[in-house]
Amino acid sequence: MKYLAKLASVGLAVLLSFGLAYSASADKLKVGFIYIGPPGDHGWTYAHDQGRLMIDNMLGDHVETTFVEGVPEGPDAARAIAKLAETGHKLIFTTSFGYMEPTLKVAKRFPDVHFEHATGYQRIDNVSTYSARFYEGRYVQGVIAGKISKSGVIGYIASFPIPEVVRGINAFMLGAQSVNPDMKVKVVWVYTWFDPPKEADAAKVLMDQGADIITQHTDSTAALQAAAERGIHAFGQASDMIQFAPDTQLTAIIDNWGPYYVKRTADVLMGTWSSGDTWDGMAPGMVTMAPFTNMPTDVATLARETMESIRSGAFHPFAGPINNQAGEEVVAAGAVADDGMLAGMNFYVQGIDDKLPE
Amino acid sequence: MTELILASVLTVVPPIMTMMTAATPLVFAATGELICEKSGVLNLGVEGMMLIGAVFGFATAAVTGSASLGLLAAAVAGMLASLIFAVLTLTLLSNQVATGLALTIFGTGLSALVGFDYVGETIERIGTVHLPFLSDIPVIGRLVFGHDPLVYLGILVLLGSGWFLNHSRWGMVLRAVGDSDVSAHAIGYPVVAIRFAAVSFGGLMAGLGGGYLSLIYTPLWAENMTAGRGWIALALVVFASWRPGRVLFGAILFGGITIAQLNAQAAGLGIPAAFMSMLPYIATIVVLVLISRDAIRIRLNAPACLGKPFRAER
Repeated sequence: MKYLAKLASVGLAVLLSFGLAYSASADKLKVGFIYIGPPGDHGWTYAHDQGRLMIDNMLGDHVETTFVEGVPEGPDAARAIAKLAETGHKLIFTTSFGYMEPTLKVAKRFPDVHFEHATGYQRIDNVSTYSARFYEGRYVQGVIAGKISKSGVIGYIASFPIPEVVRGINAFMLGAQSVNPDMKVKVVWVYTWFDPPKEADAAKVLMDQGADIITQHTDSTAALQAAAERGIHAFGQASDMIQFAPDTQLTAIIDNWGPYYVKRTADVLMGTWSSGDTWDGMAPGMVTMAPFTNMPTDVATLARETMESIRSGAFHPFAGPINNQAGEEVVAAGAVADDGMLAGMNFYVQGIDDKLPE
Repeated sequence: MTELILASVLTVVPPIMTMMTAATPLVFAATGELICEKSGVLNLGVEGMMLIGAVFGFATAAVTGSASLGLLAAAVAGMLASLIFAVLTLTLLSNQVATGLALTIFGTGLSALVGFDYVGETIERIGTVHLPFLSDIPVIGRLVFGHDPLVYLGILVLLGSGWFLNHSRWGMVLRAVGDSDVSAHAIGYPVVAIRFAAVSFGGLMAGLGGGYLSLIYTPLWAENMTAGRGWIALALVVFASWRPGRVLFGAILFGGITIAQLNAQAAGLGIPAAFMSMLPYIATIVVLVLISRDAIRIRLNAPACLGKPFRAER
């Protein structure tokens, strides 16, 4: 009998402590993240995770963050997002383009949960969209590549033919053409965001075909490492990847999500969150660049100047005149491409030797 | 004219070199599975064993700083994984197909768990071989003598396996065990022991193939990084109709088509990528149909006892 009573009291204590722990965490705002890859990819997902950590650092007393990694785009994503919403997360960041439909679907079921979808374009009352103007960085990379390349051929590893990626290719090409009008860019579509062996294969193939600079719109460091093995130059992607290829990386576009994530989380805490679209570039610091390394000083200076003039607004990467592949003028001289054209970009600029997949 | 020839050769050589490295993990895994199947055991766990090899190899290299030790660890880890399979199917007589599938699922999970802390780590890579004079011969030098050491090891192991199966006494015993376990047992050969050896060789090779991916091909660890190469290796053994020479041809074909697909894109040929990606599988089905039409040819090569459990009758 005594034994039973002891057991019961222990059980009660355990239950109580669980309850206490639960109520302690229930006071905090729970913020969830859905990642396409692992936070250790040192690319896209890594950059988002850095943003999450900034929330922890700055608002850790009021906020608790969770992430679900390696969530495939499609029906599985809807399940993962719904799971976060069901477990009390009031702010959920879905950090890949392909989560657009699942995010909207789940958001309609949970009207009191705030959703933030990265790189998408569809919004409802509780779904905001946000993205960064990576093309500004791409243009700077193009300028560097145009200056450095000896073969005049750039290898571009592209993921999926969506406006985001096409815009990057165009910005890169325009930057390269600004210093070398005869520049060629070879594009390979790998149809994945994260598949290191395939990314490396693509890099090797591009180098085999004469590219002496590699740039990528995929998430791992494999392509950079493949370029390092052959002793040519390449660009990092989404975060500074210099540690993987110290003699290879020229620079990298760094996605700096932290300030935006902290602001949106604070908005929810203060009850001032509302649905909207944010598309920030270098000026507010959402896009920054890794140090310009492994290049002559004059190229680094030119790159820095280009970056400054984009940041100050003096120059727009998509300033006219711009022609499409067919030679038709799409942006007139003196004009710049508006956000509508940029967001839905589905054509290549003149000079790109590739047929855009449908 | 000579310049033209030289130029065209120079455009062909680099893609072939890339194909050779793409084929190497397949060569390892398929050779191992070939020997295993020749002894009459069907191990569908190749993908899982490759992943286990890849992750343990990478972890070892990351901890010790030595990629060679990593390769060794990859091989040992693959072998240990195959021993689990061997105990279950050969000693406890569980169903080989189900156990092999379970091994793949187990390997996928285990490798993700072990590799969790190693995602995003870097290691020293094993460089390419550079032989004085030989590697400097124009064109052929790089093509023949310019790879990493594992490419040569893969080919050597494959040739060795061919010799072993067809010209050595124990190779013939192994085939006998695969073709008629009961007769081999009756004349006094240790059927189960031989199958244990064949299965562990298969695991060793699959582990090496996985280690090649995580240590040399792309020196990093990523979950599921074998991306179906274990299954391709299995298809390759059938494609090669259990003949080592054809395994090499098939591996270059299967590995090469991935590369050729990307090459076609980079060259702007406008062939849909998805179409090129499915070519190896179409080739496998065509080969299967062709060899199935010729019953004698199958009977000559396919191990008759493949996948059947063996219980020693006293």
